[in-house]
Amino acid sequence: MSRTELVQLSAAAAAAKLAAGEVSSEELTRAHLEHIAATDGDAVDPADRSRGKTGLNAFLHVAEEEALATARGVDASRAAGDELHPLAGVPIAVKDNIVTRGMPTTAASRMLEGWLSPYDATVIAKVREARMPILGKTNLDEFAMGSSTEHSAFGVSRNPWDLDRIPGGSGGGSAAAVAAFQAPLALGSDTGGSIRQPASVTGSVGVHPTYGSVSRYGAIAMASSLDQIGPHARTVRDAALLHEVLGGHDPRDATSLKDPVGPYAAEAAAGAAEGGLRGLRVGVVQELLHAEGLQDGVSQRFRESLEALRAAGAEIVEVSLPHLKYSLGAYYLIMSSEVSSNLAKYDGVRFGARTLPEDGPVTIERVMAATRAAGFNPEAKRRIILGTYALSAGYYDQYYGAAQKVRTLVMRDFEQAFGQVDVLVSPTSPTTAFRAGEKVDDPLAMYLNDIATIPINLAGVPAISVPGGLAPENGLPVGIQFVAPVREDARLYRAAAGLEAALEAQWGGPLLGRLPATETLISARTEGAAK
Amino acid sequence: MSAISRDQVAHLANLARIEMNDRELDHMAAELDVIVEAVRSVSEAPIQDVPPTSHPIAMSNVLRDDVVEDGLTSEEALLNAPDAEDGQFKVPAILNED
Amino acid sequence: MSDATLSFDEALAKYDPVLGFEVHVELNTKTKMFDAAPNAFGDEPNANTTPVSLGLPGVLPMVNRTAVESAIKLGLALGCEIAPVSEFSRKNYFYPDTPKNFQTSQYDKPIAENGSIDIELEDGTVFTVDIERAHMEEDAGKLNHKGGAGRIQGAAYSLVDYNRAGVPLIEIVTRPIRGAGERAPELARAYVAAIREIVKNLGISDARMERGNVRCDANVSLMPKGTDALGTRTETKNVNSMRSVERAVRFEICRHAAVLDSGAKIVQETRHWHEDTRETTSGRPKSDADDYRYFPEPDLVPVVTDAEWIERLRAELPEPPAERRRRLKAEWGYSDEEFRDVVNAGVMDQIEETIASGASAAVARKWWMGEISRLAKQREVEPGELGISPVTVVELNQLIEKGEINDKIARKVLEHVLEGEGTPAEIVEQRGLAVVSDEGALSTAVDEALAAMPDVAEKIRGGKVQAAGAVVGQVMKATRGQADAGRVRELILQKLGVEG
Repeated sequence: MSRTELVQLSAAAAAAKLAAGEVSSEELTRAHLEHIAATDGDAVDPADRSRGKTGLNAFLHVAEEEALATARGVDASRAAGDELHPLAGVPIAVKDNIVTRGMPTTAASRMLEGWLSPYDATVIAKVREARMPILGKTNLDEFAMGSSTEHSAFGVSRNPWDLDRIPGGSGGGSAAAVAAFQAPLALGSDTGGSIRQPASVTGSVGVHPTYGSVSRYGAIAMASSLDQIGPHARTVRDAALLHEVLGGHDPRDATSLKDPVGPYAAEAAAGAAEGGLRGLRVGVVQELLHAEGLQDGVSQRFRESLEALRAAGAEIVEVSLPHLKYSLGAYYLIMSSEVSSNLAKYDGVRFGARTLPEDGPVTIERVMAATRAAGFNPEAKRRIILGTYALSAGYYDQYYGAAQKVRTLVMRDFEQAFGQVDVLVSPTSPTTAFRAGEKVDDPLAMYLNDIATIPINLAGVPAISVPGGLAPENGLPVGIQFVAPVREDARLYRAAAGLEAALEAQWGGPLLGRLPATETLISARTEGAAK
Repeated sequence: MSAISRDQVAHLANLARIEMNDRELDHMAAELDVIVEAVRSVSEAPIQDVPPTSHPIAMSNVLRDDVVEDGLTSEEALLNAPDAEDGQFKVPAILNED
Repeated sequence: MSDATLSFDEALAKYDPVLGFEVHVELNTKTKMFDAAPNAFGDEPNANTTPVSLGLPGVLPMVNRTAVESAIKLGLALGCEIAPVSEFSRKNYFYPDTPKNFQTSQYDKPIAENGSIDIELEDGTVFTVDIERAHMEEDAGKLNHKGGAGRIQGAAYSLVDYNRAGVPLIEIVTRPIRGAGERAPELARAYVAAIREIVKNLGISDARMERGNVRCDANVSLMPKGTDALGTRTETKNVNSMRSVERAVRFEICRHAAVLDSGAKIVQETRHWHEDTRETTSGRPKSDADDYRYFPEPDLVPVVTDAEWIERLRAELPEPPAERRRRLKAEWGYSDEEFRDVVNAGVMDQIEETIASGASAAVARKWWMGEISRLAKQREVEPGELGISPVTVVELNQLIEKGEINDKIARKVLEHVLEGEGTPAEIVEQRGLAVVSDEGALSTAVDEALAAMPDVAEKIRGGKVQAAGAVVGQVMKATRGQADAGRVRELILQKLGVEG
């Protein structure tokens, strides 16, 4: 098979070919590594990492040797007739805020440049146990704070649909890598939509699992009560397969659930089957349908998706989340408060870069302050200061305390809605991908983009974003989000796979089949810049 | 009228141990003003008699048995240290007592 | 420059001291509060660490069940209510000994609240101290200051060892203690001693103050006599011996009195105790930098206690030390003074076991307060740590009672026991230390002694019976101390025809 054919295989298809001995894991892994080399681009300025790379800039680190070694090991085991995990030999990319032994982990921050973790995150241990070659570490907004990767210390990642646009964030690197066929699967982290929104704007699939169903141990904490690791993939089924690898109780994470994992892939298959959505009650969140700033094309594709769901046998019901309007404020207060505390450990004492004050006495207090001033970007500082303010004496009740009560209201809203319907549906993001630089100086506008994704993190409920087509006005992907009650992740896969099957039938194939060749876009862009 | 003064931001920056010059303080004060205005709505929500939620899924008594696990050696502990001496992390003089 | 002070008597004449204590107790769990690194003292720096102890990126805490149960037991021993729901919170502040730059502690939902304990002073006076709360938290790492005489002030730099970071602590906070008057310094010492005794008795801490297992912050404020309004308090930090606690409280009372007398105000601040100069010096004033921004620890879930759990732990509690002392004193029939000496010598447990193994109360006291204490002192260890078991003492006493050895030989046997030569009976056997009870041999030895000392023999015959001591000594020497001195004396008098 050609490189293009190999990288376009879904994880499930690749796994089948590996099992059948039609391709080797080494071939498959090498094809992805080559495709990364061909599409991620070269350093814009080798002396200045902050300028990123000329191509997608999805990867901060490519682990070629390790990936190939794992692949060869799997091939050898398979040849020896060993029992293997179904995804053994299928490569994967990892968001760079998930710690990995033997390769760098930076969280896209200068603060952690050069840091090497002495331990693996629990999800990494699971991926290694399944023997999936790790292709490398993907770009993100620094410490996962942002919706565009523009806040990465190592340059913005590019949207494979339009290189001048952002791939979403914070997990833009993982989403771009998956959408552009650099990796069939990737790990992401989702605190306010950092898996789902990038999936939405790149035409891929992203899942926020039920809070606590995937271990957070080894995910560099942003906001502990909101953070959740989850899969990026190109198909619902692939996401389900990866979710089954990642899930399960972890004795190192006190918030980890003891529920059994899955079945997710089987539910996805059931949802995609003829009549798979029959009887499914789908609630349309009215508040999100009439959200401020909802792009016309997004609205249009969303309504068409509802039609497709109805045609597939689902019952569409209007539901209301009356306290949704308070969720953005509550999210920003809780998130920034936890951020202010979680990011305190970056002080240049035990690890990471240490910066000395430019002048004046060199005391530890001043070294910490200088280190943090140099190591954090403006967005991180903004959130740390906001969180410090929200927790400070005299403001706690008014801000953090109130936000936690709003959180209760939002959770009750979801409970009430799920009393009426099986799943909720809305656009994942009110807009398609925006242009790099368009909103970077307007944090509030950026935050407003998260209106549909953040209530999910407040309530800890599972949610998935699946492609809903391209917006007619700009040809960019639109994402559709399904939400299920806590611990009902399986239900998500059924609904999402049902919609995916219905839409792909209309489109005559997967949405990403229409993605322009990335190499072509890059050379066009380079030529354009040269002229 | 700005709700958050530069002095207040300076105090917050000190609590958060982030060095900021006057220009940064002013800029941050202005930004914070806008953001705080936007999030202020939470206190207007109908939250009387509503209990706070710290965790989306209520759990309790997640406890670990008191059994030692393999940890780091002294060398591993110091592997990423910006500065070290005698198997310990080295830090510049400490100005303030705890 | 030293602070002015009033004499203690003057200070007490004008003011009523109010005390308060925050005592930190390090638990003796095998692992740390929130991670599975060893909780051990004196190891190679930074070797007792995991990624969690160092606060590396991505790590999460996990609560030690034994530490929680220790806290509940301590709460019960302090007469506290155990919270049905208790919660961990983060106390945010930057300091290089704190790996995460926040301490995981408890804030508004501590594990135990509202207790009280009776503190008995040496003369038997009892003060009731109310406990506000006891909560769980983690210790910080250890800073070693280099240059500047090893103190933080003037040090060129510092080295950090995180072995102690994360060791489980319970902080016990009292309510303000009024009415101690002139007994305040004494009460301070007795309070710390009582806490130390309680945690040791519960088996939850090694309670070694010299290792920092028990650390006391002492709050002092003064109320002018006849008023009822609490004054501004100072907090004297890390007073780490019982003697220092007493002295520091006394000093602060005298210093506060002088400040108030001069018309000035007490500054609310932390003070540092210096054992060498026996003074406190000004530390850090309370400031708005003390805004710790407590909030519920989002990485941990609440501890919920139910009656079953609490009652199971209550059933495991040993007898409270004060009650036990009262009981043992009555059982043993010691005088107040005898009993106090036993307690102060730290041999109460040993005496109890010795009695349980078959010795009388008087015999047990004789050995533990006598020869064993002397040997311990010689070797600069506690009597209990000498390596002499209660069973050894009982055996030794049985040998004496059977007449096989005398007291003097018994003391010698004890030294051989210490050298690891075996049980007392084995030592007596192997070394041939049994008393010479062969009348023939004894008679010969007496005859020989009398023959060697004719003038002394003459004096005895002449009625100077007390001179027999010299002959006894000679016989004892000849028998290497293995004769029964009383029997020897009888034989001498008998042979010389003198009535004893």
